[in-house]
Amino acid sequence: MTTAQGPLFSVKGLTKNFGGIRAVDSFSFDVGEGSITGIIGPNGAGKTTVFNLVTGIYRPTAGTMLFRGEEIGGNRPDSIVRKGIARTFQNIRLFNRRSCLENVLTPLLQREKCSFIGAMLGTPGARRIEKELYGKALDLLSDLGLGKYASYQANTLPYGLQRKLEIARALATDPTLLLLDEPAAGMNPEETRSLANMIAEVRKKFHVTILLIEHHMDLVMNICSPIVVMNFGTLLAKGTPDEVRENPEVVAAYLGKGKRDNERAAG
Amino acid sequence: MDYILSIVVLACINMIAVLGLSIFTGFTGLFSFGHAAFVAVGAYTSAILTYYYSVSFPIALIAGAAAAGLVSLVIGIPTLRAKLRSDYFAIAILGFGEALRVLLENFEITNGARGLPGIDSFTTLPIVLVCLAGGVLIARNFLRSRWGAACIAIREDPIAAEMAGVRLFQTRLLSLVVSAVYCGLSGGLLAHFLSFIQPVMFTLLQSTQLLAAVIAGGMGSISGPLIASFVFIALPEALRVAQMWRLVAYGLLLVLIMVYRPQGLMGYSELSSLFRKKTGEQGGQQR
Repeated sequence: MTTAQGPLFSVKGLTKNFGGIRAVDSFSFDVGEGSITGIIGPNGAGKTTVFNLVTGIYRPTAGTMLFRGEEIGGNRPDSIVRKGIARTFQNIRLFNRRSCLENVLTPLLQREKCSFIGAMLGTPGARRIEKELYGKALDLLSDLGLGKYASYQANTLPYGLQRKLEIARALATDPTLLLLDEPAAGMNPEETRSLANMIAEVRKKFHVTILLIEHHMDLVMNICSPIVVMNFGTLLAKGTPDEVRENPEVVAAYLGKGKRDNERAAG
Repeated sequence: MDYILSIVVLACINMIAVLGLSIFTGFTGLFSFGHAAFVAVGAYTSAILTYYYSVSFPIALIAGAAAAGLVSLVIGIPTLRAKLRSDYFAIAILGFGEALRVLLENFEITNGARGLPGIDSFTTLPIVLVCLAGGVLIARNFLRSRWGAACIAIREDPIAAEMAGVRLFQTRLLSLVVSAVYCGLSGGLLAHFLSFIQPVMFTLLQSTQLLAAVIAGGMGSISGPLIASFVFIALPEALRVAQMWRLVAYGLLLVLIMVYRPQGLMGYSELSSLFRKKTGEQGGQQR
C-alpha cells in the first residue's frame, strides 16, 4: 500500500471545531518515513488536538489524513493502532495498578490471535503463547532500561521512568509511526538529554518514524528535522531547525509582537 | 448439621454470582445494580426446563447460564455501544433488572408473582463446589488472557486501553456476557436447591448485595469478593440468636470495611499472593 516516494503520513486541511472554537484550522503537514518530525507552538496552539485527531480520539470536522496512502480519518483508535500508529500522552496514562510487565504485555496480547475456549481452559497451546509474550515483554522493558522494574506497579515508578514505560507500551503495539506528546515534560536538562538519546535509539532499533510535540527547545532543535510550527490551530512555519529558529514569525509567536516585548527581547 | 450445610451451599451459590460480577465491576470497572436479573434468568430458565420439560439437570444449568448470557446482550449492546459512563450504565441496568422482574411476575410460564414451587432439588454440596472451583479456574484463566488484560486495561484507563489496541465496546460487552453467564449458573443452582423461586427473590436488593460483596472484598481481586460474599451470607445466619441486631451488624461491618479499608478486604491482590510474599520474605531472611 505504500506509495513509491510519498510521505509515510500526510495531513491535509485538518480542521476541528469544538462548538464555536476552531482548535485546528486547515492544518497540513507531512511526515517522511524514518524522520523525527517535531511539532512546536505556544500553549493552546492545538498540538495535542492534532494528536487526538490523528489517533482517532476526536473525529475531524474536515480534512484528510493519509497513512501509507490510506485514509484513516473517522476510524476508531484501536483500529488506527492496528494500522501502525501508536502514541504516548502528555499527562501520563499508564495502567497504574498493573505491573510494568503487564503494561507492556497488554498490547502484545491484543495483537495475538488465540482461541477463546482454549484460553479459558488454559490449554498448553494458550500457555505457550502466554509464556512467549511474557518473554517479549521482558525484552522490550530491558531495551528501554526498565528490565529490573518489571514487577513494580506502574504508578510507583519515578516520573521519568513512567514516561519511558509509556514509550515501551506504545512500542509493544508494533507501530510504524510513533507519536510522543511532550516526552520531556517535567524532566531536568540531564534527563532530557538522556531522553533525546533514547528517542534516537528507539527510532533505529524499532525502525519507527517519530512525530513529537515538545516544549524543550534544546531537545527539539537537536533531534528533530523537520520542525512544524503551529499557532492558533494553523501552520505557521516548517523547515529545518535553523530555518525555524530564524523565521521572524516564529519568534514573534513565541515572544509576542508588542513594541515593548521586542525591546525586551533585544535587551 | 443440615442447617449449616444449607448455609454453606447458599454461600457457595452466591459466591459464583459474585465471581461473575467481580469480573465486570472489579476488573472491567463498570458498576451494575442489575445483576440479580441475570441470576433470575438462569434460575427461571433452568427451573422451567426441568419442571415442565424434564430436561436433565446439567443441561438445564448450562441452558440457564447461556440464557443469562444472551439476555445480557439485550441491555449490553445498546448501553455499552453508547459508551455510557460507569454511573449511567449502572442506572440503565438497574431499570433493566427491575423491568425483567416485572416481566417474570406477569408471564404465565413463570407462574407470576406467586412463584414456581416444586422444582426438583438436584443441587448438592459437591455439585456446587465443582461449579465454584471450575468458575474460579476459568475466571483466573480469563483474566490472564488477552480479553482479561483488555478488561483490566479499560478499568485503569479507557483511552490508554484503546491506544493499546483494545476494542472498547467488544471487550466491555464480553465482560458483561461472561459475568451474566456466571450469574445464570448461580441462579440455576439456586432454583434447584431451594426448589422454589419467585420474582421477589431477584430485586434491586439482591443486586446491591452482590455489588457490596465485590466492593467490600476488593475490586480487582477474585479471592476478596469470594471471602466477603461468604461472610455476608454466613454472618447474618450465625448471628440469628441476636435476632434483629444481626442486620445491624451486617450493615456495621460494611461501613467499617469501607471506612478502614476503602480498597476492600483484599484490595487489588489475591490471597495466594499474600502467601507468596510471606514465603518470599522468609527466603530473604535465610539468605
